[in-house]
Amino acid sequence: MSTNTHNFAAQLPISARPPLSVRATGVREKFGPVSVTRPSRAVSPQVPKVGLSEICLSYRTQSGERLLALDHINLEVKAGEFLCIVGPSGCGKSTLLHLIAGLQPPTSGQILVDGRPVQGPGTDRILIFQELGLFPWLTVGENVEFGMKMKGVRKAEREEQTRHYLRLVHLAQFKDSYTHQLSGGMRQRVALARALATEPDVLLMDEPFAALDAQTRDLLHDELERIWAETGRTIIFVTHNVREAVRLADRVALLTFRPGRMKREFPVDLPRPRLMEDVEVVRAARDILDDLREEINRSLAEEYQAGVKPRVEPGGEQ
Amino acid sequence: MKRAFRYVVFYGGLLGLWTLLAELKIWPPYLFPTPWGVGEALHNGFADHSFWIAIAVSMQRVLIGYIISVILGMVLGLGVASNKFLEETMGGLLVSLQSLPSICWWPLALLWFGLSQNAILFVVIMGSLLSVTLAMEDGRKQMPKIFGMAGRNLGARGFKLFWHVLLPASLPFIVSGLKQGWAFAWRSLITAEMLYLSLGLGQVLMMGRDLNDMNAVVAVMVLIIAIGYVVDGLVFKSIQRHMQNKWGLTPAT
Repeated sequence: MSTNTHNFAAQLPISARPPLSVRATGVREKFGPVSVTRPSRAVSPQVPKVGLSEICLSYRTQSGERLLALDHINLEVKAGEFLCIVGPSGCGKSTLLHLIAGLQPPTSGQILVDGRPVQGPGTDRILIFQELGLFPWLTVGENVEFGMKMKGVRKAEREEQTRHYLRLVHLAQFKDSYTHQLSGGMRQRVALARALATEPDVLLMDEPFAALDAQTRDLLHDELERIWAETGRTIIFVTHNVREAVRLADRVALLTFRPGRMKREFPVDLPRPRLMEDVEVVRAARDILDDLREEINRSLAEEYQAGVKPRVEPGGEQ
Repeated sequence: MKRAFRYVVFYGGLLGLWTLLAELKIWPPYLFPTPWGVGEALHNGFADHSFWIAIAVSMQRVLIGYIISVILGMVLGLGVASNKFLEETMGGLLVSLQSLPSICWWPLALLWFGLSQNAILFVVIMGSLLSVTLAMEDGRKQMPKIFGMAGRNLGARGFKLFWHVLLPASLPFIVSGLKQGWAFAWRSLITAEMLYLSLGLGQVLMMGRDLNDMNAVVAVMVLIIAIGYVVDGLVFKSIQRHMQNKWGLTPAT
């Protein structure tokens, strides 16, 4: 498994990664008739790809009291933008992704995608779960194909697309493996291919690389950036790792500890490709980290005081 | 190889013990059947085709009954698992109904369906429906929520979500219940067949009793056990093994 990852590293030196201007072109041309939708949609630039207005979410705890998880969140994401959301654990950032994905309705407020309100799950927004949620009863190829199958895409086209996306994440030779036979990093890439194969406009990623070792994570950062550049998707990426956020994002949004509020936004204008170890990345991260640390301290203090207070788990029940 | 050896030793020993007891002639042969007598009864039964017919009839009945109860049980189980009201009301009833031997339904089944195949099927269904329902309910609850969310996220809805996601995701949790349901169906069938002249293995067994032919009775018992073993070993074991390979679960011992 690991040798495969290494080979890939050799294939794709950092300097070979496409510059940002390549965005929205590339792979589709190379692979011919695969292209179904072009990333640039005929939506006026004034309408954000994703717009959250005054989003609130509250839970009822077992003891019956209401717990405010998200508090009047306002957020706009431009088409093709790479946005990272950071915050201390328990700030509701995963829940925010579930709301955008339509898996759960907000208590109040409105979520707009291309100016239209979100009514439920839709394949224009695909969420990559923290636990991935790959289907263990299906092969890698069948997992990638799943969304297309649900849409009713013909078998021949599904197979072609599946090959295309598996090639995109460098897993072509693992098409017939089952997911438990793959390493953690490879499973991440299957999840990415499965999400991309449904041709979503917006890719929602929930701490996808948190459980990986540093080397694998760095590689996947490179790959994700390359795929983002090639496909022109809008990405909303949740992480608690500030340097990871600065490494990847056009803009970093910081959420406060419970209730989750939008604390500050940090545009990241650093040239790409970046490395997590770049001095500028570290410096930019430090600014955000100062703000974040405040929140973390607050969360720790509250946890120590409260002792047994129920935690809000990401994606938990309402 | 070692396992086969152990099998041979165990079953050889068992057969030897039986032969020994029969040879000692403590009991007269009409009370205590002998291995060779049973062997002969088996041979005769197959030679005059009566066993083949009985097996075919019984298998057909149990298959129809079992398939109906699996379909009904899945719907019921899913309903109970996903509806709070049903869970609180019907959940308890289902568990307590399981303590009722399905043959208790026989008098009612006779009234409702008459002396017919349908009365037998009804008893078979009542025998296995509950295990399947409870297994499905349990499986649906134990199944990790993430699969359902991922399925909806990828555009699966309604029946597609059930068929392509919820059912396969809960299969590892319901397969033992399906197996138990099969065993109950098989038992209920034989019991019902014993009460009613109907071809089938149960009736052949009762015929042995009426003719005071204990060799034939034991021969049919051996057949019933053998069929149960084959179905369990071939069908359910291979489903389980197949699933373990796919899911990467460690094989249960």
